[in-house]
Amino acid sequence: MRKYFGRKLVIYLLTFFLAVTIDWLIPRFMPGDPVANMLARVSVNSTAASVMQEYYTHLFGLDLPLWQQYLNFWANLLRGDLGISAYLFPKPVTQVLMNAIPYDVALLLPAILLSWLAGNNFGAVAARSKWLDNTVSPIGYILTATPYMWLGILLAWFFGIILDVFPIAGAYSFSLSPTLSWKFIGDVLLHWFLPFFSLFMVQFGGWAIGMRNMIIYELEADYSHYLEALGAPRSLIRRYAFNNAVLPQLSGLALQLGVIVAGALVTEVVFSYPGIGYLLLAAIQNQDYFLIQGCFLFIIIGVLLANFVIDIVYVLVDPRTRRGMTGEAA
Amino acid sequence: MKRSMLLVSILVALSLVLAACQAPAATTPAPAEPTQAPAAPTEPPAEPTEPPAEPEAPVEVIPTEFPRAETLYVSGAAWGPASTWNPFQPGSLANTTGTIGFVYEFLFNFDPQTATMIPWLAESGTWTDAATYDVVLRDGLTWSDGEPLTAEDVKFTFELAKTYPALWFSPVWNYLTGVTAADATHLQFTFEDPLYQEWDNNLINVPIVPRHLWESMTEEQITVGANEKPVGSGAYLYLSNAEDRNIWVRNENWWGIGVFGKPAPKYIVDIRTASNNIAMGMVLKGELDLSNNILPGVATLADQGYVKTYYSGPPYMLSANTAVLFLNTTKKPMDDAAFRKALAFAIDTPSIVNTAYANLVKAANPTGMLPAFDRFVDQAVVDELGFTFDTARARELLDAAGYKDVDGDGFVEAPDGSAFKLEVTCPSGWTDWMAAIDVIAKSAQAAGINIVAATPDYGAWNTALQGGTFDMTLNNWANLSNTPWTLYNLLFNHPIREQMQSGNFGRYDSQEMFDLVDGLARIPTSDEEGMKAQLSKIQKLMLTDLPVIPLWYNGLWAQFSESTWTGWPNETSANPTLPTTWSGYWQLGGLQTLINLKPAGQ
Repeated sequence: MRKYFGRKLVIYLLTFFLAVTIDWLIPRFMPGDPVANMLARVSVNSTAASVMQEYYTHLFGLDLPLWQQYLNFWANLLRGDLGISAYLFPKPVTQVLMNAIPYDVALLLPAILLSWLAGNNFGAVAARSKWLDNTVSPIGYILTATPYMWLGILLAWFFGIILDVFPIAGAYSFSLSPTLSWKFIGDVLLHWFLPFFSLFMVQFGGWAIGMRNMIIYELEADYSHYLEALGAPRSLIRRYAFNNAVLPQLSGLALQLGVIVAGALVTEVVFSYPGIGYLLLAAIQNQDYFLIQGCFLFIIIGVLLANFVIDIVYVLVDPRTRRGMTGEAA
Repeated sequence: MKRSMLLVSILVALSLVLAACQAPAATTPAPAEPTQAPAAPTEPPAEPTEPPAEPEAPVEVIPTEFPRAETLYVSGAAWGPASTWNPFQPGSLANTTGTIGFVYEFLFNFDPQTATMIPWLAESGTWTDAATYDVVLRDGLTWSDGEPLTAEDVKFTFELAKTYPALWFSPVWNYLTGVTAADATHLQFTFEDPLYQEWDNNLINVPIVPRHLWESMTEEQITVGANEKPVGSGAYLYLSNAEDRNIWVRNENWWGIGVFGKPAPKYIVDIRTASNNIAMGMVLKGELDLSNNILPGVATLADQGYVKTYYSGPPYMLSANTAVLFLNTTKKPMDDAAFRKALAFAIDTPSIVNTAYANLVKAANPTGMLPAFDRFVDQAVVDELGFTFDTARARELLDAAGYKDVDGDGFVEAPDGSAFKLEVTCPSGWTDWMAAIDVIAKSAQAAGINIVAATPDYGAWNTALQGGTFDMTLNNWANLSNTPWTLYNLLFNHPIREQMQSGNFGRYDSQEMFDLVDGLARIPTSDEEGMKAQLSKIQKLMLTDLPVIPLWYNGLWAQFSESTWTGWPNETSANPTLPTTWSGYWQLGGLQTLINLKPAGQ
């Protein structure tokens, strides 16, 4: 057990190091200078402009040699300091991220978990019913092939413009301020629903299709036929099939996480939902090195952590892995 | 393994992730269909608590709803979430229109329509001799925390720029020698070789800050601090902000209520709309009272009476700044004045106005002077040296200067026989400008000049602009102001440096022009004849050399709804003010617009 997790931990740490290094490199390859952009529209006296340019460059530590900037970046990162945002100057990046993260968690967690649970259960049911299989499976195929952004635009157009039942932008109404009142909570839910729903639908289609295929495969496996021959009740056979079919779906979830997060980013842009994706777009447009780094760092940590959690869950749910780790002797 | 066990494991995993993200786990409910309708803006909510009578006490109860009839919804000023309330932060950074103008005020305001300085914190300002400027402050000025605003605060504010060169107005100390405060309301500024035009510009742009709060701040707090919960002297107080909005509440104890009147809206919600289309939809529904976004199709809507604009016909909008084509004079063939002149004749400005902008803008005067400065245009110079769209004339000029199509590809070659292909640029995503540079490229090609349009990212565009690596590009960074000097300071900024941050991006190098612009800065703003004579020389040299080509006036984009507020300024108003919420315009009449508003139905 310890050996297994030790090896996993080394791999995760290595991935983290490489990903963060790339994260630091990417913004610096972009054309443009964050300080120049910041000061671009201040038409001031030319002497003031040069003084300000120098002052702000020094403030961001961009006047140091690159290797030094890189070392400083790691040193600050380990202290939990991600620097100051140029786009939202002078807010620290950590504070900017903290404001955005709740929106991401509120969007991603329910969308991922509910679509996974609902999709798997629905796929399992569909595999047993010809009627469901014939009508719903094609829809599932269409959904899973839909780009997140496109479905988002379609939903916004239908529910927001045509039916006018859901707002199409923002996290809550302009006439309200955040408070703990039913009116405000209702308003937040109303704004949350469409971005959530577009994420949910695309993933739901994918899981349902996957599960349906897995169940059909498992029901044709030898152990199912053997159980049948022994006269076991059909519900028992299906439960065994489900338990076996869910394992590949779980590793599928780990593989899909990156895609889902990327999907959430564009969905947020479509709905102007103030999460990391929305922030990242603005950060890139403004050459804000520090905010770009921060957003990617959040994504890196999030995806790695989620993968790690799935690794643990996999051990818990798959007796073979568990036995393999504790040794055959046990 | 039971399925329930699986569920439990997933829940464990879920809580692990949640804990790692340090996010509130309880805020993620199941996706039950919310049944509650969105808050109807007209619903009468609980009366928000009035601010307490004592000016010392802060507003204790922050209202959570804003009654529609008392709230002005505006958009078009903020480009990103608000992050700083420091009045010394360069305008484009703050994203809080109102920090400067609502909270912090100036010695003077300026009315661009009548070109007069309006005494604001100052009661009067006079040059007692060529190098001494006396300011008398109004009596009874107060900060929003109840402290009196005195001459010491003004002195302190200007002296901050002496201590900290990183403040944008620090160059004033190149010619300002001292400030003395005789008593609570009397100040004297002494100068050496004063730049009168720039000084007047400072009078309407340097925000006065309270000494009693700022003198204990560190350098970092003053130059780059966020200054959350700002305390100023102005008509509105900071209330709250979020990603996409800034909310201001009227200062019921504002000193100016007795002098200028009370601004009508109690609350101002400044919205950052996700896109211009959303702003358009909100204006049409009456959810937004004033949108200062550029909405290309608004002419049609105004004609049909769905929205109101300043002019009822073209150009619908007032002019805010001049869109100028900077030519990189360090590159061939833009280093040749004859080529630049031919190019000016080749550009189809009427198409830009009619097609790219659908008549929302006006073509610019060749001198670049805004309509508000018509009296400063030397018409004789324009008649002699000006340019209009004329492809045939452009071809003649090219031919005369030796630019001929030698290889027969339809495009002219340089006099030395070399072919060239030039790029005209603007930042990607600026749709109106993208349409405009397409017109520029097409019409130049029609005259035989090989120009193509390119739209790099803002960052790349800006790097090329300041570093001087572009061929030709659009720019409009000189906004409406109190002096024509602002525009020529942008066009002919000097000296030429490696990075040109604030003008003369094409690196036009003419000592004669630089001396003329410096000379203009030294002419007192009261000496209109002297200014005209100097401007005539500048315009003559500019139109002879033509290092920049003024094309059209970008509008002071404003479309408003009269469903909740009436009294918006328009061409028939007796004393029209500017219908704008942009940062830097509150002191140019924007605040007066709010004072003139009336609730609809009254």
